[in-house]
Amino acid sequence: MEATWKKYLRRETLPLPFCPGCGHGILLGAILRAIDASGIDIKDMLFVSGIGCAGWIPSPHIKADTMHVTHGRPIAFATGAKLFNPRLKVMVVSGDGDLASIGGNHLIHAARRDVDMVVICANNEIYGMTGGQVSPTTGLGAKTTTTLAGNVEPPLDLCRLVEAAGASYVARSTVFHLEHLIGILKKALSHKGFSFIDALSPCPVQYGRRNLYASASEQLKDLEKRCISLEKARDMTQEALKGKIIIGEFVCRGD
Amino acid sequence: MSPKTKNPLPPGNYFFEGNQACAEAAIAAGCRFFAGYPISPSSEIMERLSWRLPEVGGVFIQMEDEIASISAVIGAVWAGARAMTATSGPGLSLMLENIGYAIITETPCVIVDVQRAGPSTGQATRPYDGDIMQVKWGSSGDYQIIALAPWSVQEVYDLTIRAFNLAELYRVPVFVMSDAALAHLREDCRIPEGVDIVGRKKAIGAPHFGTEGPAGVPPMASFGEGEGLILTGSTHDKFGYRKTQDPNIQKCLVDRLNEKVLSNAKEIIQTEEHFLKGAETVVVAYGLVARAALAAVKEARSVGINVGLLRLKTLWPFPKEEIRALRARRIIVPELNRGQLVREVERVTKVEVIYVNRVDGEVMGPGEILEAIKRQ
Repeated sequence: MEATWKKYLRRETLPLPFCPGCGHGILLGAILRAIDASGIDIKDMLFVSGIGCAGWIPSPHIKADTMHVTHGRPIAFATGAKLFNPRLKVMVVSGDGDLASIGGNHLIHAARRDVDMVVICANNEIYGMTGGQVSPTTGLGAKTTTTLAGNVEPPLDLCRLVEAAGASYVARSTVFHLEHLIGILKKALSHKGFSFIDALSPCPVQYGRRNLYASASEQLKDLEKRCISLEKARDMTQEALKGKIIIGEFVCRGD
Repeated sequence: MSPKTKNPLPPGNYFFEGNQACAEAAIAAGCRFFAGYPISPSSEIMERLSWRLPEVGGVFIQMEDEIASISAVIGAVWAGARAMTATSGPGLSLMLENIGYAIITETPCVIVDVQRAGPSTGQATRPYDGDIMQVKWGSSGDYQIIALAPWSVQEVYDLTIRAFNLAELYRVPVFVMSDAALAHLREDCRIPEGVDIVGRKKAIGAPHFGTEGPAGVPPMASFGEGEGLILTGSTHDKFGYRKTQDPNIQKCLVDRLNEKVLSNAKEIIQTEEHFLKGAETVVVAYGLVARAALAAVKEARSVGINVGLLRLKTLWPFPKEEIRALRARRIIVPELNRGQLVREVERVTKVEVIYVNRVDGEVMGPGEILEAIKRQ
């Protein structure tokens, strides 16, 4: 029997456009599983996305209202739609370049306003669609097409940013930790207020091959190795946490 | 047109400044969403709507910048609102990115441009016709928008209402071209009891981004109606699917976005004629400058000069047929800039075209226009 969440896909748009090994297809599956498990009517949902590979996660694949907008602006479009029709269940899915760089201002202010929406950053730490340029979440030393000698700018921790700005639900997970990711998505969907999820999703083509990952699966396994739960991280020293990615719920206010 | 909709403001004569009239017109026209960012000389529109919209069940939000303001407006329109923003030249520059998005997604919306002297920050509180070309050409690609130019507080009111209706009729952004002087000029403004409002054309299951004809305006659903709308700023087919490699789809879309406005130019364009019969010289003017022009024309006629005035209430689409129909020997175009719309006049006429310009941030008086009329 076919998985029930697949009914939310527009069949005529398949296969997905993502490169082999890309995490975005897994993320799309996780989003649809979480919606299915939450019992939300997909007809009440509006998906807003920006420019870049991640902008194509919902649009046009999800059989619901989808709004694929300009680079960096999905949260601002989503704010207008949500304010005028509060019955809409609004989800923004976009990339790290879109949400954290060109759209950083909108991210901060939507978190400050605690607008009732779910924002998912499909974070692949790179500008994938334009050919692999450095992004605000690229790690120090990483090789990209605009940092051939290694990235010298420290990355932005988006969870800490939106927490400081006022978001009432903040969490991080990865496409490797699928059950964990689905659990967080379900929490975000039921949360009233601004929910932000930093969802790490590897890009083997633009990031992995330039940074000496043997394969897409090696890159995923490395994500497993580097990730550590918030609970474990609490008892660790700064030194021991170096190079680690903390996953879990950072803020869960008001539920 | 539906039957007249009751005006939420009691009818009568009000002593309004341009910006107040604009805000009240929006409410009368059914606007129930405004997103904006403070900028002189437009801010009074936003300030008034911040308390007037909640009174009529509408939504007001001050966004983090102009980019977010126009984005929120477009989002709200697709959620079912009639929506507006207001700004000035530098803010308009920021909005142009998503004005392009409104054009390609055929989003009806109203943008009030209270123009000031530029370039850049320029003179924030001085009048200027600085954005005549920015509204037409500022975003990328080929497109048509509609721009209306009021010359009085009353007309700010009337044309703001018309802007909402034109936006719905043609699914296109419509600009109301005010300026720093008109924004703060106080005059009588007659508020009518009822207003004609053009509703949104709906058709369940129909394609929302294409028509059978090459110049049609598709129906428009809203989010949450179960239509499964697919919106994108990329080139798309009539159902909204991205089709970025098909030359025919790109051509059909661009042609229709232009032709749906141009082929209806007769219905959209409004001009006003003063003493045109037999006039050897015609002044072509718009906005507040046209008031100075009318005074100059009357004065010149009182000393026997055969001169008339063609006032443009619509700037875009450009009233080229109305200019071509003039039987004048020469045309004078006064503007508060170094010559923007005058170039369009030159493009469509063979007669001599004379520039009268003022760029010092002051309003134009009848004197400088009269001088040009008298200079044979």
